[in-house]
Amino acid sequence: MEQAKKMNMKEKYNTMTGDLAWDFSYKTEAEIFPLSDFEGIKIEDWSKWQDPFRLTMDAYWKYQGEKERKLYAVIDAFGQNNAHLGVTDARYINALKIFLTAVTPLEYGAHRGFAMTGRAFPGVGAQVASQMQSIDELRHAQTQLHTISQYNKYFDGLHDPFHMFDRTWYLSVPKSYFEDALSAGPFEFITAISFSFEYVLTNLLFMPFMSGAAYNGDMATVNFGFSAQSDESRHMTLGLEVIKFMLEQHPDNLPIIQRWIDKYFWRGYRLLGIVGMMMDYMLPKRVMSWKEGWEMYFEQNGKMLFDDLARYGITMPKFWEQSVEEKEHLTHQLWLTFYSYGHAAAFHTWIPDDSELDWLSEKYPVTFDKYYRPRLVYLREQEKAGKRFYNPSLPQLCQTCQIPMVYTDPKNPTKRVYRETTYKGDKFHFCSDACKEIFEHEPEKMSQAWLPPHQIFQGNCGGATIPDVLKYYHFTENDGGEFLHSRDNANWNMWKGLTPDEEAA
Amino acid sequence: MQVDIKSLSIKPLRNTFDQVARFTGNDKSASRYLEATIGVQPEINFHYQPLWSKNRSIYDKDNTVIVMNDWYRLLDPRQYYYGAWTITRSKQQDAAERNFSFVEKRNMLTTLPADLREKIINVFVPIRHMEYAANLNNTYMSAYGYGVSITQAASMCAMDRLGIAQYITRIGLMLDGNSGDALKTSKAAWQNNPAWQPMRQLTENMLTTKDWFELFVAQNLVLDGLMYPLMYQSFSDLTSASGQTSFVMMTEFMSEWYEEHVRWVDSVIKVAAAESESNNVQIGKWLQKWRTEILQVLQPLAQEALGGAAQVSLDAAVAQLSARTTKSGVN
Amino acid sequence: MSEKMVFLALQDNEDARPIREAIEADNPLAVITQFPGVYKIDAPGRLVINRESVEERIGRAWNPQDIHLSLVTLSGNIDETEDYFALERT
Repeated sequence: MEQAKKMNMKEKYNTMTGDLAWDFSYKTEAEIFPLSDFEGIKIEDWSKWQDPFRLTMDAYWKYQGEKERKLYAVIDAFGQNNAHLGVTDARYINALKIFLTAVTPLEYGAHRGFAMTGRAFPGVGAQVASQMQSIDELRHAQTQLHTISQYNKYFDGLHDPFHMFDRTWYLSVPKSYFEDALSAGPFEFITAISFSFEYVLTNLLFMPFMSGAAYNGDMATVNFGFSAQSDESRHMTLGLEVIKFMLEQHPDNLPIIQRWIDKYFWRGYRLLGIVGMMMDYMLPKRVMSWKEGWEMYFEQNGKMLFDDLARYGITMPKFWEQSVEEKEHLTHQLWLTFYSYGHAAAFHTWIPDDSELDWLSEKYPVTFDKYYRPRLVYLREQEKAGKRFYNPSLPQLCQTCQIPMVYTDPKNPTKRVYRETTYKGDKFHFCSDACKEIFEHEPEKMSQAWLPPHQIFQGNCGGATIPDVLKYYHFTENDGGEFLHSRDNANWNMWKGLTPDEEAA
Repeated sequence: MQVDIKSLSIKPLRNTFDQVARFTGNDKSASRYLEATIGVQPEINFHYQPLWSKNRSIYDKDNTVIVMNDWYRLLDPRQYYYGAWTITRSKQQDAAERNFSFVEKRNMLTTLPADLREKIINVFVPIRHMEYAANLNNTYMSAYGYGVSITQAASMCAMDRLGIAQYITRIGLMLDGNSGDALKTSKAAWQNNPAWQPMRQLTENMLTTKDWFELFVAQNLVLDGLMYPLMYQSFSDLTSASGQTSFVMMTEFMSEWYEEHVRWVDSVIKVAAAESESNNVQIGKWLQKWRTEILQVLQPLAQEALGGAAQVSLDAAVAQLSARTTKSGVN
Repeated sequence: MSEKMVFLALQDNEDARPIREAIEADNPLAVITQFPGVYKIDAPGRLVINRESVEERIGRAWNPQDIHLSLVTLSGNIDETEDYFALERT
């Protein structure tokens, strides 16, 4: 086995990747890699690329094959044992509904985006790293579908995720975020997704959510979550290497990259607000609050990883302080919004019970009892009196992040933030200074956004009434609204009542 | 297992996702392949015009002149979703690993006759560069193709090609005890030897082909359809005829892979050609154009690799390809 | 926290147990916290997994790349050879 002149890992890996390329002479590099320089990023020497993990395809197949065998063994067992009955309670499934309709399509988008960068970059190391991530992301989309397939058979809201993703008002938040990156060039895409999202923010998506799934008896989701995370650690590392590589290649790259980091940090943070809402409101048994998660994974760890890049001149993303100021308000405002528009969502909403309200009071001592608990208690009383509150109007969305304009100024928590700007004679509205600034930097692109309420008013979403629009979304009468009155809840009670043995098991 | 009569009353509300039921026409429980594939790609309501194209969406049917009413009909007969694909490949790499270590332990490659060794270095090992180009070409199809049925299979094919390029690289390393000299010689042949230059020019041309379906025809149907029989059948036979089994053992992965690759490629061509007369005509045009060019650039290589058997082997490869395209219904 | 920290998280399963034990033995400053389904391991400056330490615990060969089967997340700069897998932040 052992050869006399054994190459070290790095040299050997280079013969397996970088050395596969050659000097083109019949076509120019610009003809073969036409998308590599229009963004203004200057790369002088692709051979300086440092591979974050040196996995050859045979090793990749070996490890991934083993992971998949384990994963599908659990998924099979899950289906055979009616294990969907093992979760803490049926409210939990609503977190999965958001996951499948909002996150799974992003995994798919990442698959395609990394295929684009895997073809666009002129360096083999960057191509291979992108391509491996591309196929990993396909894996994530598919393992999520296969896991949640079992839930789809028994619960509402999961039946048509991709149709919903292309059309639904709140799903335009993740869709527009990802398309912002996909419609950009390869360097912006990889900065957006590998660095700003995977490296800075993804821990916050997966760690609390998957621990939450474990805590709530959803072993199938834990299974795909942690299995996917083992790929994510490769992806996060790629994010860091990409940034370092670009910064080391040319000083002119710094301001471009800093602006991308600022933009996608903020857009990613706005998107993650929905995850925060799941953590604080949708998990019957909670692992940590959004605020604790933000402190652990962004304020502490995020600051350290920006320290790593300080020597290149990279600073913390602009407006990060704003995210910290908002952390005691964010999830409560979002939950109240979705609660009010619950009739137009494909998941159920409800008011937490008293012990859950107490948990929120404890986790959010500065704001919860003062601003949010009284409103939640009032809404609960209204519901008990047969007057479940729904907002019949269409929400106004922020032009950039596309979240309804509901966020308040943390310094003045009862006052909503409204920002606006005029571009080519039209007025555009924003939820924050950060979203306004992102728009003003690229008004032509950001003004094109497909804003669902505007599209409804223009007659592009099936009609003018809410039932017309819900039909266009493929929502059924069982998908949305109050959890207490839902078919999910009725079925759950029936199943659990009928099978007390399974609960004991 | 004890069947609890009560649990039988837990009836599913539906048996699969709506996008799959629409595709198959019923709500029967669907395969993992279909649930992983059908309807997953976004289709409408895109937010922003790509900065990399003035007139295309992020996902755009117009990236090829081939027209399909439903792109998801280009199903993969192997029914590969990621899990099925990677588990299959992990078994194959396990077998390949055993073959490589068998050859290595017995020093089978270092004792090759000098002329055969030279041939492998100069005519076979340079194919790692072609496989790298095949990796980029399939990545292109995966990036700009339409519908998950074809794009995911292209993505897996791209990774397969990288794997094959790396297996060939390992053969190159084993030929000289890991010094890297054989790889250097082989790369110089690819870069400068007259016999390789027409092929290198064709490879660089393919890397600038814009229509992804044309690239599918050029790379996966025609180039692979001629090159693989030539190297992994004719050349392979030649090595074993001289009493050497090591080459056959170390290229088992590629031979096995090619058999399966052909099934996928032929099925895609068959469905696309059957869709309309204009598709059929277009595929036929591409087939003819690329077959003519590729046959030409293969001549000097076949000569180097196979000597007197070159023409017979090329004819056999062409016959194989013609039989396949006829069976796929290409006029 | 003035010291620069690195961390990694490993699944809570049998494959990861010897890795976790090797980390505990070789990184006296590491702090291990258990969450549902996962262990998070924090350390100041550097955290290393030595091939030999894991091999001692499992009685057979172990490749540092095998960490891919158990890894959940990490933070720090990777330093990887045939003999160890390390995270650094200095």
